[in-house]
Amino acid sequence: MNFSFTEEQNMLRDSISKFVQDQYEFTTREKLAKSDAGFSAENWQTFAELGWLSVPFTEEQGGFGGGVADNVVVMEELGKGLVLEPYLATVLLFGGLLRDGGTAAQQENLIPAIIGGELQGAVAFAEKQSRFDLNNVETTAQSSGDGFVINGEKSVVINGAAADKLIVAARTSGESISDSGVSLFVVDASAAGVTKTPFRMMDGQMVANVAFKDVTVAAADLVGEQDQGVALLQKVVQEATVAVGAEAVGIMDKLKNTTVEYTKTREQFGVAIGKFQALQHRMVEMFMACEQTRSLLYRAVCSVAEGKPEAAQDVLALKVMVGRAGKLVGDEAFQIHGGIGMTDELDVGHYVKRLMMINVLFGDADYSQQKFADLSLAG
Amino acid sequence: MDTTLSAEDLAFREEVRAFLTETFTDELKARLDDKATYKDAQIEWQRKLNDKGWVAPNWPTQYGGAGWTPTQNYIYENERSLVGAPDTIPFGLSMVAPVIYGFGSEEQKQKFLPRILNSDDWWCQGYSEPGSGSDLASLKTKAELDGDDYVVNGAKIWTTYAQYADWIFCLVRTDSSGKNQDGITFLLIDMKSPGIKVNPIIGIDNRHTLNEVEFNNVRVPVANRIGEQDKGWTYAKALLQHERTAIAGVAESKRQIRELKSAAAEILSGGKAIIEDPAFRKNLTDIEVELMALEYTELRVLAATASGSAPGAESSLLKIKGTEIQQSIQKMWMDLSGYHMGAQALQGEADLSGHDFANEARISYMYGRAATVYGGSNEVQKNIISKFVLGL
Repeated sequence: MNFSFTEEQNMLRDSISKFVQDQYEFTTREKLAKSDAGFSAENWQTFAELGWLSVPFTEEQGGFGGGVADNVVVMEELGKGLVLEPYLATVLLFGGLLRDGGTAAQQENLIPAIIGGELQGAVAFAEKQSRFDLNNVETTAQSSGDGFVINGEKSVVINGAAADKLIVAARTSGESISDSGVSLFVVDASAAGVTKTPFRMMDGQMVANVAFKDVTVAAADLVGEQDQGVALLQKVVQEATVAVGAEAVGIMDKLKNTTVEYTKTREQFGVAIGKFQALQHRMVEMFMACEQTRSLLYRAVCSVAEGKPEAAQDVLALKVMVGRAGKLVGDEAFQIHGGIGMTDELDVGHYVKRLMMINVLFGDADYSQQKFADLSLAG
Repeated sequence: MDTTLSAEDLAFREEVRAFLTETFTDELKARLDDKATYKDAQIEWQRKLNDKGWVAPNWPTQYGGAGWTPTQNYIYENERSLVGAPDTIPFGLSMVAPVIYGFGSEEQKQKFLPRILNSDDWWCQGYSEPGSGSDLASLKTKAELDGDDYVVNGAKIWTTYAQYADWIFCLVRTDSSGKNQDGITFLLIDMKSPGIKVNPIIGIDNRHTLNEVEFNNVRVPVANRIGEQDKGWTYAKALLQHERTAIAGVAESKRQIRELKSAAAEILSGGKAIIEDPAFRKNLTDIEVELMALEYTELRVLAATASGSAPGAESSLLKIKGTEIQQSIQKMWMDLSGYHMGAQALQGEADLSGHDFANEARISYMYGRAATVYGGSNEVQKNIISKFVLGL
């Protein structure tokens, strides 16, 4: 039983933490968040040089050979700095699918480019009607010659705006809502028939709706087995869920610490407001929410890494807690900051907005709790 | 970051299972459940644990502790919860013993620790007073030195199982000139001493668990004082942290959740098992998720204190969350009881309460109101976290 990180993981943590402290001040971050790209290409190169983009790839693939715990270290630190660069989309989702399901050629061609910081990727899974169901796919990929023709529209593709390449989930067979029959394809974002409509979310990230009109792909562009895309997506999404759980934990800790520090300096009625028991107890609730979420994070890390049968349930429990405890921490941070918490100028609102976006990602707390209940309460 | 069980851990788990199968028999369970035989059955159970060397897993091995790793502790608690075997009574084993081996004299260690291990003495806790609840340091029970004895006068209250107890550990006032926390002394008092009177208090659960203990000129040998005079608060604080960790009750709550699920699968409402009801599912999984988190919070605390150091302010978190979860579970049982909620069945008349759990649900719910109050109320725990963790 060991809940500490390795020397190597601690070094990785320190290096990201130092970057966030030195080069990711809130004002700098705000400029990036309002820029056209929504993040800095220069920072992305720094990430590549420091080896962060290689973390989840195997050593044979030129990576660091990291596991879930390493992703957690990266994402928690990126969360503390509210880092905008698309690590989740390019490295964990796009890269994760290639690592676990890519052909030898795809891995050889694309993974070194991700690690080198030359390639931005995105995974187009959601659709207007799909809500959080990964198996709700209406976009089609019709077999044609020795390839496929893709038609349909994908919604809110994370990093969709910047992505050079997309992995798109399209139906090759089966009903519009079923696990079987979904296939994943690598598509060039500049391919004929691909139209992106980029827009900005409240946490600053640039996403895109992506339309596919008679887009042709080769059989060699298939990622994983034909018709079996949902299982592969689920595996990568599960790992990514733990990773965004870590990002949330980083954000929640930051909000809790910021709030506690604020109440030590803000005076009302002649005393620091942190002296008021009514506020102290609310901050203790924030503290407990942070610790309980961290506990479920570690629980999920261990059960996924160790391949325990309860891994799916543990990850869902984490996601439920991230949503519920995150809401509590965010609400309390606003309330305890008072008027100043309402301003765009203060970082608090920006952290809260990212937490709210994380809640929705891969299924919100209510959705995750229903799935959790299905597993937990099954006979 | 690793929770894999080693070959030794797996072997230990087998050993625990074999031990429980052999010793925690249906016959023993029945006697534990019966008020008339409970005390003897509980002592018998603790002695079986002691024979195995497992009755005091958290004590240092030199005093008879099991020397378990946090993982072994976790394995034991899990297996115990699976068969529903009871925890040990905490007052001797988990509360006063750490104070005795931590701060007591060599003579006290030799006198008391083996008897605690073998459950020869039933201990109770003399902390709260009629005028001192959450503000424990304001206690007024007075001890005055007279020759080789202290003479104790005053009263303690909410004393659990004082009617069974052979000994009571008490905080008494030996000096009232300074700060409340100064001038408190920690005494071990024989319950057979002349001048002690136990007054039963019937609880809202209609049972006799709580008591008031009066002290009228009770003579206590100085040899039964822990550490120095007037320094008792320091020792008491260490004890409270052990107490708070112990009352998180994760293993018991896990068992309750399992039993709630099986009960809810049997009981129909609107023609469907209650376990299919969306509100029930939401309520139950709300608790389950918090409990899964608390289980790992406790493991994190255990892993951090594996070196033997006493748990710090984080034990307050365990206490708050653990007791909130217990009370939420008690509410679920009451809800499941339906019209039978509140039934006051007599022993052996479970059928009067419709379900075999309604009577027990009532008792647990009513007595369970104490959990957020005892061991330092949850509000006091929040004050502790606020001061020592958040620095406010």
